[in-house]
Order: sequence, then C-alpha cells, then structure tokens
Amino acid sequence: MYRRGGVFTGEGVIPYTGEGSTVTAGSAVCTQIGCAYTGNEAVAYAAKQCNVDVVAAYPITPQTIIVERFSDYVANGEVDTKFMYVESEHSAMSACVGASLAGARVFTSTASQGLALMHEVMYLASGLRTPIVMGVVNRALSAPINIHGDHSDMMGSRDCGWIQLFAENAQEAYDLTIQAFKIAEDPAVQLPVAVNLDGYTVSHATENMKSLTDEDVARFLPPRKPIFKVDPSTPISVGGMALPEYYYEIKRQQEEALRQSRHVVKRVGKEYGDLTGRRYGFMEAYAMEDAQAAVISLGSTCGTVRSVAKRLRAKGKKVGAIKLWMYRPFPAEELISAIKGLKALAVMDRAISFGAPYGALCSDISSSLQNTEVKLKVLNMIYGLGGRDIPPATVERVYRDVLQAARTGKVEERVMFLDVRE
Amino acid sequence: MVAPKDLPLQELYAPGHRLCAGCGPSISVRMALKAARGPTVVVNSTGCVEVSTTIFPYTAWRIPWVHALFENTPAVASGLEYAYEALEKRGARKGKVDIIALGGDGGTFDIGIQALSGMLERGHDIVYICYDNEAYMNTGIQRSGATPRGAATTTSPAGKVIPGKRGGKKDLAAICAGHGIKYTATASIGFFTDYIDKVRKAIEVDGPAVVHVLAPCPLGWRSSPADTIKLAKMAVQTGIFPIYEVVDGKYRMSLKPGKLLPVEEYFKLQGRFSHLLRPEFKEELEEINREIEGNYRRILGLAGEQVA
Repeated sequence: MYRRGGVFTGEGVIPYTGEGSTVTAGSAVCTQIGCAYTGNEAVAYAAKQCNVDVVAAYPITPQTIIVERFSDYVANGEVDTKFMYVESEHSAMSACVGASLAGARVFTSTASQGLALMHEVMYLASGLRTPIVMGVVNRALSAPINIHGDHSDMMGSRDCGWIQLFAENAQEAYDLTIQAFKIAEDPAVQLPVAVNLDGYTVSHATENMKSLTDEDVARFLPPRKPIFKVDPSTPISVGGMALPEYYYEIKRQQEEALRQSRHVVKRVGKEYGDLTGRRYGFMEAYAMEDAQAAVISLGSTCGTVRSVAKRLRAKGKKVGAIKLWMYRPFPAEELISAIKGLKALAVMDRAISFGAPYGALCSDISSSLQNTEVKLKVLNMIYGLGGRDIPPATVERVYRDVLQAARTGKVEERVMFLDVRE
Repeated sequence: MVAPKDLPLQELYAPGHRLCAGCGPSISVRMALKAARGPTVVVNSTGCVEVSTTIFPYTAWRIPWVHALFENTPAVASGLEYAYEALEKRGARKGKVDIIALGGDGGTFDIGIQALSGMLERGHDIVYICYDNEAYMNTGIQRSGATPRGAATTTSPAGKVIPGKRGGKKDLAAICAGHGIKYTATASIGFFTDYIDKVRKAIEVDGPAVVHVLAPCPLGWRSSPADTIKLAKMAVQTGIFPIYEVVDGKYRMSLKPGKLLPVEEYFKLQGRFSHLLRPEFKEELEEINREIEGNYRRILGLAGEQVA
C-alpha cells in the first residue's frame, strides 16, 4: 500500500489517502449516515436535501431514476419543490433558466441526446448567469443509438460556459451535487454547474456511501440569495440584445467569472471536507510524488485506474494516477504542478473529438503544457465508447505503454483506441 | 368594452425604441400593456419586438422583461411562474405576478409551438400573446406557418409560375383551444378596444390563455406605414382574419357578421399580394376568395351564426 499523504502544494490537488473505494478519508465533524444508493438515487437525494425550489426535467435513459425518485419525493410530500414535467429537454433547461432568473434554487438532470437538445439553452444559462445545477448521466450520442456510458454528451457541450464536475462513484455524485449548489450560487460565481456521473457504471450501481443529515446540508447550504432577479419589485430587462460595442465585454466578463470560479470550487471543497472528512478540490492525486508515469481520467474509470496503479506500486513500479473532478474551468496550472515530475502521462478520453488531433481532455492537457518548461510525453487513449467495458487488464496495458514511453522517451502512436476491433 | 378615454395613461412600454414607423407589433405591445392589472412580467421571444426594444444598454420596458431564445418563451415563462409560486410558498416573496409571454408568428406557429403546447397542457397561469405579422420579418420577410396563401415573401416569392406562398395559415386558435384551455381569442390592432379587452380577460383567467393578434408589418407587407391600422381593420372586414373568442370551448364572434369587403380591396394596398391582381393569377385569386369565405363561414358556424 502506498503511504498516506502527499507533497504537492498545488492548490486544489488533493492527495489520495483513502483505503477503500471512496474519496479521501478524514475525520468528519458531522453525523454521517451509512446508506446504499445508486448514483442516480444519490443525486436525487442530494437535490432533495438541498431543498430546491423548482425542478424541471424530462426523462431519458439512464437518467430516468433521478426524475422518478424526485417525483416520489414530491408525491409523498417529502419536498415542497415545484416539479415541472416538461415536454422536452430544451424546455427543461428553458424552464430552469426562467425559474433561476426569478430567484429560485433550480435543479435538473439529463443525459446524451437530452443534453444535446439542451445545447443551445446551456449557453443561455451561463450567459444569463443562472446558477442552475444539473446532473448529467453520461451516455453515448447517436448514431447509432446506444444507451450506455461514455462522455460524448458532456464533451460536446464542454465550451458552454458551465462549471463541469465529474464523479467517480455514488458518494462523489452525492457530495458534488451538494457542493455544486454552493459553488453555483456564490455571488462571485453565478454560473450553472453540471455534475457528471457515468451512465450505468455509476448511475445504476448500488454502493455503500455516507449521507449527511438534512440539518447539516441546510447549514452548509443556506437558501439562495440571488444578486439580481426578475421580479416586479426590481424591474430589470434581462437578455436584451448586445451589439458589437458591448457583446465582447459581456462574454469576456463571463469567461473571467468562470475562470475565477476555481477559487470558490476549491473553498467549497475544503469546507465540505472539514464538515464530512471527504475533501474535494480540482483533482485527486494518487502516488504522484515520485511517479515517472501516470494515467489521468474522469469519472468511474478513475477507480479502475487507481486499483491497477496500486497493484503496480506494490510491484515497485513508479506509477501514479490522477482523477480530475473539475473539468471546466480547466485547472491547467494545478494539473501541471501535479504532473511536472512525470516522464510520461497517459490521458484517457471516453469520447472522440472527431477530426481533432486528440480527444478533448488530451487536447486540454497538451495545450496547457504549451509554453511551459515541463517536458513529458503524452499518450492519448480513447476508450469505452458506448459502454464498452474498461477492465483492469486494459488499464494495465495503458500503464505498460506509458511506462515504456517514460523509459524510452518515445511515443509510437499519438492516439490509441483501446479494445476496439479494427 | 373599455372606452378609449378609460384606458390608463401610464405607458409601461416606453417610446424611443427602434421599431419601424407604422409597426403593428409595436402597437400591439403598447396596447396589451394597457390591460395590465398589477405587477406584470413579460417574457419575449426573439423577434423584431425583442431586438428593437432592448438594444443594450437601453430598454423600452418599464416592467421586468426577459428574452431567452426564439422557441422557448413559453417554457421560460413556465419556469418563472413555478419559481414565484415556490418562493411564495416558502415565504421568500409575496404577491401575485401576471406573466405575459410574447412571441411573433414564427416563434409561435412554427419553432415555438412545442413549448407553447407544453405550457398550455401543464396549465400554467400565463397569458400568451402571439403578434402575427404573417412572416419572419426580423430576418427579412421569410414565409412562416402564419403567412397566408398567395402572399409573396423572400422564401415564397411570386414567380412566373408560383404565385407566392403555397398552403394556408395554421388555425392557431383551434390548436390552442384544443388543449382545453379556458380562453383563446383572435384580435386585431385595428379594433384596439376589443383587443385590450381580450388581453385583460386573458389575464383574469386562472390558467393559460392565448390572444392571437394581427399586427401588420409595413416593411414585409409592402404597405404604407400610414395604413397599418386601416389594414388591420380590413383584414377583419374582408373575412381573411376573423376575430372571435373561444371561451371554455365555445366560439363567439367579436363583431356582428356583416357583408364582407372584397378581399381585392385589402390586397391592393399591399405589395405582397400585388401579383394576385394580375390576369395570369386570376384563378389563384378566385381560389383564395373561396378559401377565405369558406373559413369565415366555418368560424361563424362554430359560433352558431349565419352569414348576413
């Protein structure tokens, strides 16, 4: 077992110190309730505890259980949330924008085609600075139609101006959903947040986890205090036309808000850690202190990667693993601080960025390395499309390749498609 | 019916916006807000009214106003309604807010009809006003599902063989009334007291209500800005745009049926129909006449009235 603790001072890089499948263990100061939820149930339960005012959502596999569970809460009088059963995801996100502008705390969730249909409205949500929280149950995009997990949906919307967080398991989906509201609604942020969880692998697998009491969530997350709202008490015009004289400044300010939101993500992750013992930040680093080769990934794959890395460490291989919790805003400096000692890095992309030099995550990392003194070999692995399983044996091959690149300083193939029949 | 002298002097829609001289939709908005009964919020689809009244950093709206997108105005309005209700229930705000969702004919008949249908089906307490200038005027006069048969637009031009738009206008009122809502009306800014009354009735209805108002566009109709109101009246008097209410499913004509004006009189004042008055399109004009009369009789029949 790799020793606890880490040497990184990179802000928001949280060293992995856990022993089990959940995130970094620590001492909690709040009551923790042992429970078993699927990822979807965990997200629905988190949204319930966050006491949202309005939910507007449309069913789509594999997200459906989130809306079903929340409907149960409404039907049983466990929440007094207004749940709008809309006629499409486009209207779901539109209704969320309207409700958020009125000052409400708003939640929705979707997947795949639903996210693609929302695409237009997602730009509106960020441009109008509405702190909506959305659970995105990652699923492949058509065609061909496929209901299983990959990251094509969110990667297609990665430039929509949303804060994008990725959960490894049900515990993280729960924890990140609660944090997402606090991040989104912070006066300095006022931006929407997507909490991603892998379709089926996380959404439908029941896991042991720990939840907070309603009271602790309420203390952590007080009611929303909007900094502006569409209300007759304050007549304002929202969403007017900005011509070339103004549009650019408005978008520049939006970009600055998204970039600066990192500070809030970090602060909220720490506050949540102080409360629960599960500390969050931009990423979690496993055994990176003296690693020569590492693998970086998003979502449920991170667990497989870490378990393989542990086995290789036990055999004396100098490998590490990074789990990225926050994909947007992209934590470039912090990531570089975590990988600067490596000789080679394998980047796992669970989506094709068609026609691009690399998958989206690898493009972000490669461009982050530009104009820095950090020299390391970067390998890009495309994997797991349409729910193709990613077994430990495949991850072992990834480590073998990245160790070889670290040793030889050579990358044979720039992009590799794992476990595909060619 | 409200008398013009009794209309509120207060203008919630301020002068100084950038809409054209003689713009029918602009008149329709100013009049609609005369019917406001209290705190009111407007949600506005993309279109002429939206782009010309809120060019940053100016606004012509003295009440809260939201523009989201082209096709989602009913959904955004639905979100506002639920939020006000949720926040009131939790003691975070107080008092009824009337919500008016406003869209042009393209935003209503075509791209936004799904969101409108959802809003009506869910029963939100929102007034939806469609200002109908019978084409996509904001993008430069393209045909919509509201463009009448024969009208020339840039995408239904009057060519040598095809005389303007093929197919007729969707029956928006019937589509809306078909959702079982309590109040649907068609109106014309040419009969403005009737229109304002209808907007007020729509506001007072508990639940969704729709007012479909004809609002001529001098630029798109190729008519004189001075003729906007005249044309809005003639559209009703020729039977091409009958005005009526559908209250709890029952049709009621808003004007006593009289002898219809010849539609040629209406067409003569508009460049978009001028080709129909040429001899080679005589048959087309006759067919249009038959359709107009047939539709007028159909509506009268629904209202239980006879042609005079």
